Amino acid sequence: MTPELHTTPAAPSGAAGAAAPVISLRHLSKRFGGAAALDDVALTIEHGEVHGLLGENGSGKSTLIKVLAGYHVPEPGAELEVNGQPVRLPLAPNRFRELGLAFVHQDLGLIGDLTVLENLRVGELSSSRSLHIRWSRERRAARETFARYGFDLDPSALVNELPETDRALLAIVRAVEEMRAALAHDQRGLLVLDEPTVFLPREGVQRLFSLVRDVVARDASVLFVSHDLDEVREITDRVTVLRDGRVHATVATREATEAQLVEMIIGRSLAAHHHTAPERPAGEVTLSVRHLGGRTVHEVDFDAHRGEILGLTGIIGSGFDEVPYLLFGARPCQVGELRVGGRSHALPLMTPRAALKARMALIPADRQVDGSVGALSVTDNAMLQVLDRYRPAALRLRRLRADTRELLERFDVRPRDPQAQYESLSGGNQQKVLLAKWLQTRPEVLLLHEPTQGVDIGAREQIFNLLRSEADRGITIVVASSDHEQLAALCDRVLVFGRGRIARELTGGDVTKSRIAEQALNSSAGTASITTEEPEV
Amino acid sequence: MSAKVAVQRYALVGAWIAVIILFSILRPDTFATTANVQNILGSQAVLLVLTLGLMLPLTTGDFDLSIASVLSLSAMVLALLNGENGWPLVPAIAAALAAGLAVGLFNGACVVLLGLDSFIVTLGSGTFVAGVVTWISDSRTVTGMSPQLSEWVINNRLFGVSLVFYYGLALAIVLWYVLTFTALGRRLLFVGRGRSVARLSGLRVGPLRWSALAGSGLIAALAGVLYAGSTGGADPTSGASFLLPAFAAAYLGATAVTPGRFNAWGAFIAVYFLVTGITGLQLLGVDSFVQQLFYGGALILAVALSQIVRRRAAGREAVAA
Repeated sequence: MTPELHTTPAAPSGAAGAAAPVISLRHLSKRFGGAAALDDVALTIEHGEVHGLLGENGSGKSTLIKVLAGYHVPEPGAELEVNGQPVRLPLAPNRFRELGLAFVHQDLGLIGDLTVLENLRVGELSSSRSLHIRWSRERRAARETFARYGFDLDPSALVNELPETDRALLAIVRAVEEMRAALAHDQRGLLVLDEPTVFLPREGVQRLFSLVRDVVARDASVLFVSHDLDEVREITDRVTVLRDGRVHATVATREATEAQLVEMIIGRSLAAHHHTAPERPAGEVTLSVRHLGGRTVHEVDFDAHRGEILGLTGIIGSGFDEVPYLLFGARPCQVGELRVGGRSHALPLMTPRAALKARMALIPADRQVDGSVGALSVTDNAMLQVLDRYRPAALRLRRLRADTRELLERFDVRPRDPQAQYESLSGGNQQKVLLAKWLQTRPEVLLLHEPTQGVDIGAREQIFNLLRSEADRGITIVVASSDHEQLAALCDRVLVFGRGRIARELTGGDVTKSRIAEQALNSSAGTASITTEEPEV
Repeated sequence: MSAKVAVQRYALVGAWIAVIILFSILRPDTFATTANVQNILGSQAVLLVLTLGLMLPLTTGDFDLSIASVLSLSAMVLALLNGENGWPLVPAIAAALAAGLAVGLFNGACVVLLGLDSFIVTLGSGTFVAGVVTWISDSRTVTGMSPQLSEWVINNRLFGVSLVFYYGLALAIVLWYVLTFTALGRRLLFVGRGRSVARLSGLRVGPLRWSALAGSGLIAALAGVLYAGSTGGADPTSGASFLLPAFAAAYLGATAVTPGRFNAWGAFIAVYFLVTGITGLQLLGVDSFVQQLFYGGALILAVALSQIVRRRAAGREAVAA
C-alpha cells in the first residue's frame, strides 16, 4: 500500500536552493556490540529547510544525533560535509559548536535556579576575559535579543518560575545565539531540536513553531526530531524516516499523508507473533483507578482485572509512564483514588509502604537507582523485604542464602551464586532477581515499568513466560512500556495515552505491535483516529 | 575469595603491623614495651567509641559533624552536675547521655522532617552546642568529680589495660553484630546505599535515618562520659580535637575487613593504626603538630583509597560485561 515515496528525495521548497546543503551525511553506520544501531544511513539537510527525523524508539534517531554531537564514534567509512566542506569523523566533543551546530534536547539544559539572563549568557560568561560583568548592559542586550525573536522575557526572572513554553523558547534562543556567534556572517548553521515539544501545551507549540520559522528564515536549517506527527507535518519541509537503523524513506512532507507516515515508521513486516488477547477481560475487577492526576496525566480512569495483563503506552510525554509510580506512591500524586483489595486509598496520601501493605509491588525501569544496590550481593537485594521471616534480631544467614539459591534456581538466574555482586549479573538476570524479590511478597497487583529494558532476547522470553504464569495464578499485572512489540506479546488489553489522557483502549485482535504503535502515534495528535482497515500480516 | 580480595581486606592490618615493627626497631626500649601497648589501647578508647557512633549515620548516608561538641557537652554536664552540684554519679551520667540523645534527635528532626542536608544541620548544631558548653562552664575547666568514675574508666585494669578499652571493645562487638546479623543492620545499609530502593521497598527511611542520628548523639555522649572519667573532669574545648580523627578512622575503616562498608572491626583497626603511628612518632621526638598532619593526611588517603576500591570494582564490571 505504500506509495513509491522513498525513491527521489524532493528538494525543499525553501529559498536559496542553490547553496550547498548545510549537512550532508553518507554511509553512516554505528554498531553497539554485535547490533547495528545505524546501518549505512544518509541524511541531507538543505539550506533553509526544516527537516523532520522520525522513527520508533530504538530506530537510531538518538544515535544519529549523538554522532553529530561528537558523543558516539561512528564506524569507519562515514562521510560528513558541513556547508559543502568535508569534515573528519568522528567529531571531537564540542567541535560541533565551531561547525555551527546547536542542540536543544528534551530536558532543555537550563539551570532552574539561575536567572533567564544567566542561563542565556552562560557560555559567554564562562569564557569571557573581562573581570567585571556589567549586568545592566547585559540585561538590555538580552531584552533586545528576545525582542528580535518577537517575544518578551524578563531577564531577571528565575528559570524555574517560567512556564514550560518560555523555558523551551529560551533554550532555543540561547542555542541559536551561540551558533550565530560561532559562524561567519554569511554562513548558516543547523539547529537540532530533539523532542522539544513533548511537555508543551498546544498554544506553546505554536509559539515555538513561529520561533523556528524565524530561525529558519534568518540563521539556520533545523533538524526536528519528534514523535508527534501533527507537529512534524506542520513544521517540516521534508522528513527522513529511520527504521531499524536504516533510512526507510526521505520524502517531502506535503506529499505524505499521516497514515502513510505512520506506516513508514512502524512498517508491517515486523508484526510479531503473540498470544491471542481476549475480547473482554474475564476476571473480576481487582484494581480500579479514578480521577488520577499527576505531572502529566489528568482525569485518568481505568480498571484492571484478576489474571489480566494490562498494558499502558503512548509516546514520550503522554504520561503513561508515570502511572505505575503514582499508584505505588513513589511519586507525588495530585489527585486520584485507588481501589485495590476491597479498600479505597486516596492516592495523594499513598506511600510505597502503604502500597506494599495493600499487596502491590512495583518493579521500576531504572534498575540501578530505584531497583537495586549494585555493589551489594544478590541475597542482600533479593531478600530485603522478607528479612523478618529470618529472625530479624539474629538473622539466620545460612538459611537466607539457601533460600536465595532456591529462588535463583526457580527464576533461572545465572550464576546461581547468592553471594554474587548484583551488578555483576547481566541485565536479564538482574531483572529476574528483582522479579524474585517482589514476587516473594505475594502481591495481588504487580506494576512494571519497561520490564525488559536492557534485557537480552532469551531472558526476555523467560520474563514474559514468568509474568504470564503469574497472571494465570490470578494476580493482576500492569505493564507501562513504549516497547510495542513487548506489549503485543504480553498484554490482554492495552490503554494508549495521549496528552495525559487515555486516548484508546485496544483489546482482542487489536493488541498487535503495529496497531499499538499506530494508535500511540495518532493519540498524541488528539485528533480523529486513523482507522487503517488493513488485515495483519 | 581470591588472594586479591584478601589483600584488600587485610591491607590495613598489614599496615598496622608494619608500623608496629618499624617503631619497635627504631625505639625498642620505649615503643615495644607492655606498658606502651597498654597505654595505647587505653588512651584512645574514647576515640574508638566516638568513631563507632559516627558509623551509624555514615551507614545511612548522613553526616554528623556535631559529635565532638556532643562529647564536650556530655562531659561538661556530667562534671557540673556531679563535681559542682553534688549529684550522685548515676543520675548525672543519665543526664549527660540524655543531653547527647537530645542533640541527636534534634539533628534527626531537621534532616527527616524538614528535609535539610545533614552536613549543614550538624555543622550548625555542633557549633551551637559548642557555644552552650562554653556558656554553662563559663569557659573554665570543671573538676572535683567523684573519683569512682575514674576508677571504673581508667584506674581499674584488666590484663594491665584500662577498663575503658573493654567498653569500646564491647561497643564494637555490639555494632558489628547489629550491622551484620540483624534485619535492622541490612535496612540501615540499604537506606544509605540506595535510598530510592529502600523507599520503594517499603522501608521506613525517615525513622531509620532519624534513629541513626539519635544513636550517634547518644554514643557521642557516652564517649563524653568516658572522656570525663579519663581526665577526671571536663574542659570546654578539647573535645573538638576528636572530630577529624573520628572521620578519618571511620573512612579508613571502611577500606578494610568489609571493604566499601563502614564496619566496626575496620573502624577498630583504623583507630589503633592511627594511634600507633602517632604514638610512635611522638616517641621519636617529633613535634606534636605531627598529630594533625597524620590525621588530616589519613582522612584524605582513606577517602582516596575507598574511591580507588570502588572504581576498580566498577572497572571489573565493565570488563565482564
